[in-house]
Amino acid sequence: MSEVSLVVNGRKVSGAVEDRTLLVHFLREHLGLTGTHVGCDTSQCGACVVHVDGKAMKSCTMLAAQASGSTVTTIEGLANGADLHPVQAAFKEHHGLQCGFCTPGMIMTATDMIRRHPEGLDEATVRAELEGNICRCTGYHNIVKAILAASKTMSKASKSKAKKAA
Amino acid sequence: MGIEGIGARVARKEDKRFITGAGRYVDDMVVPGMKHAAFVRSPHAHADIKKIDVKAAEAMPGVIGVLTGKQLKADGIGNLICGWMIHSKDGSPMKMGAWSPLAVDRVRYVGDAVVVVVAETKGQARDAAEAVEITYKERKSVSDAVEALGKGAPQLHPEADGNLIFDWGIGDAAATDAALKTAAHITRVNIVNNRLVPNAMEPRAALGHYDKAEDHYTCWTTSQNPHVARLVMSAFYNVAPENKLRVIAPDVGGGFGSKIYIYPEEIVCLWASKKTGVPVKWVADRTESFLTDAHGRDHHTTVEMGFDKNNKIVGLKVDTIANLGAYMSLFSSATPTYLYATLLSGQYNIPAIYGNVRTVYTNTAPVDAYRGAGRPEATFVLERTMEIAARELGVSPAELRRSNFVTAFPHQTPVIMCYDAGDYGTSLDAAMKQADYAGFAKRKAAAAKKGKLRGIGMSCYIEACGIAPSAAVGSLGAGVGLWESAEVRVNAVGTIEVLTGSHSHGQGHETTFAQLVNSRFGVPLDSVSIVHGDTDKVQMGMGTYGSRSGAVGMSAIVKALDKVEAKAKKIAAHLLEADEGDIVIENGQLKVAGTDKNVPWFQMALAAYTAHNLPQGMEPGLKETAFYDPSNFTFPAGCYICEVEIDPETGKTDIVQFVAADDFGNIINPMIVEGQVHGGIAQGVGQALLEGAIYDGSGQLLTASYMDYTMPRADDLPSFQISTSNTPCPGNPLGIKGCGEAGAIGSPPAVINAITDALGHENLTMPATPQKVWAALRSGSKH
Repeated sequence: MSEVSLVVNGRKVSGAVEDRTLLVHFLREHLGLTGTHVGCDTSQCGACVVHVDGKAMKSCTMLAAQASGSTVTTIEGLANGADLHPVQAAFKEHHGLQCGFCTPGMIMTATDMIRRHPEGLDEATVRAELEGNICRCTGYHNIVKAILAASKTMSKASKSKAKKAA
Repeated sequence: MGIEGIGARVARKEDKRFITGAGRYVDDMVVPGMKHAAFVRSPHAHADIKKIDVKAAEAMPGVIGVLTGKQLKADGIGNLICGWMIHSKDGSPMKMGAWSPLAVDRVRYVGDAVVVVVAETKGQARDAAEAVEITYKERKSVSDAVEALGKGAPQLHPEADGNLIFDWGIGDAAATDAALKTAAHITRVNIVNNRLVPNAMEPRAALGHYDKAEDHYTCWTTSQNPHVARLVMSAFYNVAPENKLRVIAPDVGGGFGSKIYIYPEEIVCLWASKKTGVPVKWVADRTESFLTDAHGRDHHTTVEMGFDKNNKIVGLKVDTIANLGAYMSLFSSATPTYLYATLLSGQYNIPAIYGNVRTVYTNTAPVDAYRGAGRPEATFVLERTMEIAARELGVSPAELRRSNFVTAFPHQTPVIMCYDAGDYGTSLDAAMKQADYAGFAKRKAAAAKKGKLRGIGMSCYIEACGIAPSAAVGSLGAGVGLWESAEVRVNAVGTIEVLTGSHSHGQGHETTFAQLVNSRFGVPLDSVSIVHGDTDKVQMGMGTYGSRSGAVGMSAIVKALDKVEAKAKKIAAHLLEADEGDIVIENGQLKVAGTDKNVPWFQMALAAYTAHNLPQGMEPGLKETAFYDPSNFTFPAGCYICEVEIDPETGKTDIVQFVAADDFGNIINPMIVEGQVHGGIAQGVGQALLEGAIYDGSGQLLTASYMDYTMPRADDLPSFQISTSNTPCPGNPLGIKGCGEAGAIGSPPAVINAITDALGHENLTMPATPQKVWAALRSGSKH
């Protein structure tokens, strides 16, 4: 057994888990955070993407023990209270989801993608960077649209923030 | 249309839970005392079970029970069945081999379930499953359908001589032969439709809970049709009588057909729950899904299409061998027959058609309906043949199609279907305009300058949806009726619940069905809830597949709304002391037409429940149920154009543009319809370029993970250019045709027609991987 202790969605959590426990199973089964999904067993589909210390990570590729000491954000922790995160809002507005199963992973990947491209995104970059997330419903068309829209909204927001700070 | 009503591009009500991680799928369900199941599956494609030793497994940590097929049979659990009877040409019924939920003495495909282990944790169940010792005696196996029909092929089921399940025909063989004899030109094509794995992103799962005190079972399952699951598990598998079995399909993460069927695992989880005394949950891992979800397609077909000297089609003869896998899945017999050969007339006037279909057992996963189900196979046959014929005849593919279009409706084809409405020329024109078809030669020349090969291809599809008139499908062998039901409950405060037998697993019913109610009564979308997916809540239903939820499911809601409206108007007329015929419903009010006298909707509802002042003899309350049985299929149709650019150095195909022009009849929410088309096209492009389930010579599935089976990813696809036209369906009250499968039906031939156009020859099978295209560029004859 391993003792793990981490911060998940701003809350300190700890527990004893079997050594082989993956982070995704710790989140789902120990913490009841079932928004993070398991869609494959080869780290290909990306339904399990969360943020570990601010970076997108497939939580099925990581042992819970490896994540000990880290700060983790899951889809449940992305919104600011009742206010949806701009990526969540964009997925809804642009119909970037159908069955919803890949959606949490898509949104967590997209959020990280936008963060890494403060200069903005284009369609080819979004498509290339979605390589690790599989969706069977949408044909990606509206996911790409949603991410591009969210990227614009967020860069506008950060520019106006920067202006205010200046 | 109002801002929330029919025709409005309303954002989906259900999205909030999915984008915040609050969706509830089967794997998210936790029941007190719940334990976990793991299945021991056959590693062999074909073998006799000589001995099963569970002792070591039983002694493993956390193990609660290790159960076998013998025990399951001893408890009277029945075999899985196919629910659609097909008779061969000689009048004999299809040959259905026995399929036990846990194999007893023989396994017939890799993944066949043999033993189930129930343990405290998922990990312990899996560890113990590995400790089950099964002694097999291997048999020769066969995974290819053509080989399985050959002499000396291993026999799968004693019931099916030569592995032939049925040899079925449709149309007029003699008339077709005679027509082909008169033809000025005959185009002959051999076509393989590649085997696909549906791959809904949520793996299949089941949670069975037997309540001993109540002698009652509950099953949470990833189902597109929970009522059918209950009916079949009760009537045929002897799990429990219907009144003691509740089936719940909560949020379901995609289906595409693969979650229509009742699989061994949900039966076993229910039975094992009673046997072990604990709730039992099983969730497939992706490899289990690849091995055991019903696959799609897998046809071998020869085609002969004859033309007269004016290039009019005179006859079509099609001979198909369809692989049904190791066992007959629930609707496996209907998919390559009544969902396939009845569409062989396509959009065309064809005076004589004959289709012959032989279905075959092989040592592979069962094959059943997958998005489009038979119609993609028919469209691929026709639209490849039309394109090849145009090339052989030296005429424009568009004009060859146009000159053979059905233009007068209703149109009776020689293969059962009677098309009710359509305008194929309009879709063709719209697609050609959007694709700038006329400018293709210039683009091809520009591509050639860059060293790239450009090709363009089209496909004009028709499909039959709104499945289906019950009496008609009954006469064709269906074991069920294919109506739909709805209950509309107006609450005392005027809010509305619609209980529907349709099931939403991505289609957005919670939004579109509410839009219908909003259009009728002006009640805001927020005040309308759609209830589905639970046999204890919803009266009855046949579920969602075959693009039927709009055309059939919503029609049932319309019928129930009609009844509600009639009663509401009576109440309002009574309250307003007016004539019932003068009452109109506008903006959430019941008004006396032409006056300012009105009663708000909620006040009328309250009056229905207080019952203080109702018309003489009227029952209190406002709740109505309706069952709707369609009068005909619906016939969505359209034209897809694909343009590709091939890198001759690598064989890689890029789709540079994809245009879809569809006629779905009336549309409730264009945003959702567009999403359905996008997703369908992606699956069709996946079939054409990337996907293929491959069994090796010993029956091992080589493509059993996302490392091996190529799913379409974002950078494999372009953004799509789509549009719709509208000839309303005359057969249902909303004029809806259905849009869920069109993309997957229309797109594969458009893609392959484009690639073969670029290649200059027809020698190419799906999926057109870079390797195949590269090889095809270096072989074959130019056309």
